[in-house]
Amino acid sequence: MNKPNSATVPATSGRDIKTIVNASLPRRHAAERRFRWYGLIAISLGLAFVVLMFANIIGKGYSAFWQTYVQVPISFDAAVLDPQGNRDAKAIEGADYGALVRAGLRAVFPNVQGRGELRTLYALVSSDAPQELRRTVMANPALIGATQEVWLLASATVDTFVKGNIDRTLDETERPIKDNQVAWIDKLAAAGKVEQRFNTLLFGSGDSREPEQAGIRGALMGSFYTLLVTFLLSFPIGVATAVYLEEFAPKNRWTDLIEVNINNLAAVPSIVFGLLGLAVFINFFGLPRSAPLVGGLVLSLMTLPVIIIAGRAALTSVPPSIREAALGMGASKLQMVGHHVLPLALPGMLTGSIIGMARALGESAPLLMIGMVAFIVDVPRGFMDPATVLPVQIYLWADLPERAFVERTSAAIMVLLGFMILMNGLAIVLRKRFERRW
Amino acid sequence: MIKQKLTLAVAATFVLAGAAHAQSARDYISIVGSSTVYPFSTAVAEQFGKGSSFKTPKVESTGTGGGFKLFCGGVGVQHPDISNASRAIKKSEIETCAKNGVKDIVEVNIGFDGIVVASSKKTKPMPLTIKDIWLALAKEIPDPATGKLVTNTLKTWKDVNPELPANKIEVLGPPPTSGTRDAFVELVMDVGCKEFAAIKELEKTDEKKAKAVCATVREDGAYIEAGENDNLIVNKLVANPNALGIFGFSFLEENLDKIQGEAVNGVEPDFENIASGKYPVSRPLFFYVKKAHVGVIPGIKEFIAEFTSEKAAGNEGYLAGKGLIPLPADQRKQVAADANALKTLAP
Repeated sequence: MNKPNSATVPATSGRDIKTIVNASLPRRHAAERRFRWYGLIAISLGLAFVVLMFANIIGKGYSAFWQTYVQVPISFDAAVLDPQGNRDAKAIEGADYGALVRAGLRAVFPNVQGRGELRTLYALVSSDAPQELRRTVMANPALIGATQEVWLLASATVDTFVKGNIDRTLDETERPIKDNQVAWIDKLAAAGKVEQRFNTLLFGSGDSREPEQAGIRGALMGSFYTLLVTFLLSFPIGVATAVYLEEFAPKNRWTDLIEVNINNLAAVPSIVFGLLGLAVFINFFGLPRSAPLVGGLVLSLMTLPVIIIAGRAALTSVPPSIREAALGMGASKLQMVGHHVLPLALPGMLTGSIIGMARALGESAPLLMIGMVAFIVDVPRGFMDPATVLPVQIYLWADLPERAFVERTSAAIMVLLGFMILMNGLAIVLRKRFERRW
Repeated sequence: MIKQKLTLAVAATFVLAGAAHAQSARDYISIVGSSTVYPFSTAVAEQFGKGSSFKTPKVESTGTGGGFKLFCGGVGVQHPDISNASRAIKKSEIETCAKNGVKDIVEVNIGFDGIVVASSKKTKPMPLTIKDIWLALAKEIPDPATGKLVTNTLKTWKDVNPELPANKIEVLGPPPTSGTRDAFVELVMDVGCKEFAAIKELEKTDEKKAKAVCATVREDGAYIEAGENDNLIVNKLVANPNALGIFGFSFLEENLDKIQGEAVNGVEPDFENIASGKYPVSRPLFFYVKKAHVGVIPGIKEFIAEFTSEKAAGNEGYLAGKGLIPLPADQRKQVAADANALKTLAP
């Protein structure tokens, strides 16, 4: 009955099979080699684009981490700062520090005459220089009456020029820096009075319309508050939802419907969440526009499905034997989940949450709708202060005409990428260290 | 589960309601509106924050239309105080405002913005007329022989005007959502088409059709919508010397080493020509103030004073340094006086 059907299968000897196989081998090997090559090409192409992107961003942005300062002798004239001579703090604070800066510059270049030429001379230093002097004097009133060499923040044009981003051979009308300004800077540089320092303002101050004073601190703090709200809301709710759906919920049409909806939500474009946030949180609940609280609420709507899906995947990877053993020892269902399943699934859940948070960190579109695409100078100090976030800051700077914002935009992108790499790296470390394989 | 969710929802509602009370006193000015006015408004906001005891105003870049939508939402701290605009407020917007209780609006004209047609420095300058630009970019043009409207198939600038070089027509410009595009259509397309007798004839018989023919930009690749980012257009011009780009004057001013502005109707787009009104493609910029908020939100009056001061909006003010073309001196004085007196728009 089970006899091989020797009549239809041609009797092939071992040698014949070998010939057939051998004949097809080169073709199959070639196919495999080709496939490997395709893979290699795909990977190297991807890597090439990454390298290109990084090279472009770093090449444009690295110079933003340095800022030019010029040294000017400032005489802290008592007649200007403290005309009454009674060291009244209020009078000193309200004094005309711009006059000190102008006098200092005139002292370096006494030959400069005429209103127009003086204006170009004063434009060498940043418009923040008087404020800088005010802070110095307020901190140390003993300076009044003295004359000191002070390093002043150079203006963005001078900074760009010193960094070599303005071609000095061009005609004066074609570059933002004037011929006499070039001559003055050359003279100062020859005397060792032009210096590049680490750009502390970039990390220490909020946004500004003057490139040399603009910083990302406001945006960083905004991102921090926003993400904090996002994490505090989406992680507990996401984990609770995942645990309930995976461990407690009955399998019926309702839970199926919920599951399909959660999967759908994860794919909804983020701008839709922004519209929802505008309608619900701002228009209905009357929360303030531009607040990190609202931003965090919107972004948690966006991250929730991601966390729920990752959480459920982590829970399913815990083998049923653990659950059965716990139940068999008399644990209640809650104890089984709380004592055994959840701790084992938590690393996977955390990994998923961190990746969701990294996505939220890079999000800008939904924040447009709730007013976080805004110019905010004061660094936010709470969840209700108007704020913006890092990707929005990048978007806003990329749109400004001033040339000096190009390098700052790239620098902000580098900081954002740094945080992204950090978060994704953390996710990998967590997974490597705590994830159990069964 | 439903119970758990309900509890959460109720808890969240309480948190939000509690937070809502925190907003009842806003101590900073909230500004929304045009992305064209944004660079100027922010500069004033920063100076204002530094030079006064008030907090620095918050400036949102929402676009002119989006700004008015928020501005006209109503009176109260949750609504913005000031809206920037790269065009005058429309009648329909005033009506929406009035419907929501925003009745007294102060209009402040802050200056002009020139729209330039520019190309890479690597090519020879190509003096254009408004008529040439319309002929090159309109979707339908009158046939030179019959005067009947035909689809625009002109390929090179030489086809448009025999005096121009035989370069391919390739113009990078803003998308229809942009205020710059609105202004470009109004100042160039609508004007350029009137130079053709056929369109003038059509206007008499079918005004609507004529308007559409004037304003519709061709879609066969000669006009390329390059997004809202003007820096991007500048970079694309450098990469493609044959292309022309349309954007705001301040971007030309910052990039004079890479690009050049084309003369339009024989007038070079420079500061003097735009300020004097000789250059034909320039538009006024505005901001609008909600009078009901003056005195409620601290600093609005002082902010108007700062924005209209000679130090900011004057010929040598810091806004001129940012690329704003100031108003003529006498008009500037009048605008400042009206604004500081909070003279409202006639209903």
